[in-house]
Amino acid sequence: MYRYDEFDEALVRERVAQFGGQVARRLSGELTEDQFKPLRLMNGVYLQLHAYMLRIAIPYGQLSSRQLRQLAFIARTYDKGYGHFTTRQNLQFNWPALKDVPDILDKLADVEMHCIQTSGNCIRNVTADHFAGAAADEAEDPRVWSEIIRQWSTFHPEFSYLPRKFKIAVTGASADRAAIETHDIGIRLRKDDAGALKFDIYVGGGQGRTPFLAPLIKADLDAEDLLSYLTAALRIYNRYGRRDNLFKARIKILVSALGAEEFARQTEEEWLQIRDGDLKLPDEEIARIRAYFTPPAFVELPARSEVFEKAKAENDAFARWARLNVHAHKVPGYAIATISLKPIGGVPGDATDGQMELVADLAERFSFDEVRVTHEQNLVLPHVKKDDLFTLWTLLKGLDLATPNAGLISDIIACPGLDYCDLANARSINIAQAISEKFADLDRQEKIGELKIKISGCINACGHHHVGHIGILGVDKHGEEFYQILLGGRADEHSRLAKISGKGMAGDAVPSAIERIVTRYLELRQSEQERFIDAFERVGAAPFEEALHGA
Amino acid sequence: MAREQVKRKKGGESAPLARGALVRGGVRVMDDPWLVIEDDAEAPDGADIVVSVARFKAEREALLARKGRLGVMVAPADAVEEIGADAQQFAVVMVQFPVFRDGRGFTSAQLLRHRYQYRGELRAVGDVLEDQLFFMLRSGFDAFEILGGDPLAVYARAARVFSFGYQPTGDGFVPVHRLRARRALERAAE
Repeated sequence: MYRYDEFDEALVRERVAQFGGQVARRLSGELTEDQFKPLRLMNGVYLQLHAYMLRIAIPYGQLSSRQLRQLAFIARTYDKGYGHFTTRQNLQFNWPALKDVPDILDKLADVEMHCIQTSGNCIRNVTADHFAGAAADEAEDPRVWSEIIRQWSTFHPEFSYLPRKFKIAVTGASADRAAIETHDIGIRLRKDDAGALKFDIYVGGGQGRTPFLAPLIKADLDAEDLLSYLTAALRIYNRYGRRDNLFKARIKILVSALGAEEFARQTEEEWLQIRDGDLKLPDEEIARIRAYFTPPAFVELPARSEVFEKAKAENDAFARWARLNVHAHKVPGYAIATISLKPIGGVPGDATDGQMELVADLAERFSFDEVRVTHEQNLVLPHVKKDDLFTLWTLLKGLDLATPNAGLISDIIACPGLDYCDLANARSINIAQAISEKFADLDRQEKIGELKIKISGCINACGHHHVGHIGILGVDKHGEEFYQILLGGRADEHSRLAKISGKGMAGDAVPSAIERIVTRYLELRQSEQERFIDAFERVGAAPFEEALHGA
Repeated sequence: MAREQVKRKKGGESAPLARGALVRGGVRVMDDPWLVIEDDAEAPDGADIVVSVARFKAEREALLARKGRLGVMVAPADAVEEIGADAQQFAVVMVQFPVFRDGRGFTSAQLLRHRYQYRGELRAVGDVLEDQLFFMLRSGFDAFEILGGDPLAVYARAARVFSFGYQPTGDGFVPVHRLRARRALERAAE
């Protein structure tokens, strides 16, 4: 994985010093809260309902065991012993004291981490496929390009005061696990017929109150032109994106207003003026970054592991976990393991200090020291020998990290909601917990199969409700928490926006409403292989709406 | 006709621009010669004046022919393309930051410096905060009207907040990837 050199290190340390000075000026009263706000926001410090919240960047969701141990230490020392992994592959601490934040940043810098650009109207932490470097369907490792983008976007002089925040996601696989079309810019890496690396650039996706899927703006971009093209697109946005209305300021509104073709034309025109300048990526720099992501020292193994097969045959619970939480690896004899942060009745994405330390130990022992954070709020060990999976599972079970529910109805995405968030209209976590408990029976969950529920506590859609197979949106109705159900969204390579279905309901009615949708699905599916989303696409929303609201 | 449009545009855009203490090239400047004149005001003969982009476009010939130096004031929504061809005629270009959140001026500065090869004084005016000043320097500004605090102290702190920059912006910082290549060569030579 990437390691800081003297330049990266110096910049992060200088940022810590700068923010330490800003906090001191705030604590002494030299800065008012109003003056301090934009400064703390540029450094991931939010003022939430009860306390400050600190958001830590995990570039493209990749962690070493040393980094994860440090996060555990911070959780224990400065917070209440847990952290929350987010849909942007970041980690949030909900209870730090402002006076401790400079110390926390120092501790983060010790392990090459920071909170830079985790908030504010700038280019945010870049996200990528959490199976990068491991997935069997990958054409190119997205981390190489994510790291190049991370550096280019860090303290960008021209693009730190954009009309609104800006999110970039990268995938290099045929299955889209990074939800690129729901981002301001989504990048798909692929190889053309001659084996040359090409980039497809999607611009203008996003969720929030006006969701859009990003249209393809530029196909077949050459690798060396990546940064000049991104600069051109950002420049068009910085100049012409709306600044008069906070809710219309994202690039999706500009692209939609101009039309994809016109936005592409303007970007192209700008790009042609800068493509042959200093932003052209030198081959040596690409090679230098690429070298950090050379595959670990995989050993030669048979594709079939007798140890693994025997353990599955002898232990039904392990066999279930292996069916659901273990995924195909590109190297024979290895597998990718999803560590669920969605125990039945738990808080989606939360992990305790002890759990983080255990995962760090297991990563070191079984996965070449690598951990990934997924945008679905789980963790991943990307490179585990099949021979080791049973031992891994046994150890994960000890700290409630072996729930066999990856992709199932209890693997719910939920934003922090009204339990923490200053913007929320309704709670999300309690709804996720209630649904998880209603469907606690693992046999039934597996029988239902893949079903992605995504819950947001307000229209800002941090819980991705627009792209849930079933989305749940919390609203405020005359001072009461109320929930609207959306149906038929997806955020993969066939992405589509969900549609709101009928009237909303009170929170305690949500689990049985989901139950009615699921029952209807089980009645009408043609086979166990027909997933909920397939059935929905075959029959449309009507049967589910009828189940939900009555004929 | 053009004047009318200018007025409406100005009226709709923002309150009067705050003017801070001038620091140019790291030096405090007490006697700023530049007179910013409203679009409907007379241009005093012989004075060094700064006019809006719209007024420059409307009165280009007359403004270039008069005695006294000429500068232009670029508002956030102004297209610098419209003054690009005349960039060498200006002795100062002031770029407005009416509110700190509005970052269009960073792009205007980059275009003036790179696309139009403007080499004169490029001054940031308005809501010029300590914490943005480094980015302004990197974008090509060399003069700042600093609001609040001791302007020289603010400038000195802000100018050295970071030692390196990843992006090539033509501000004298060698981008990090070039520094890396240079270090690699040095190591190879040792």
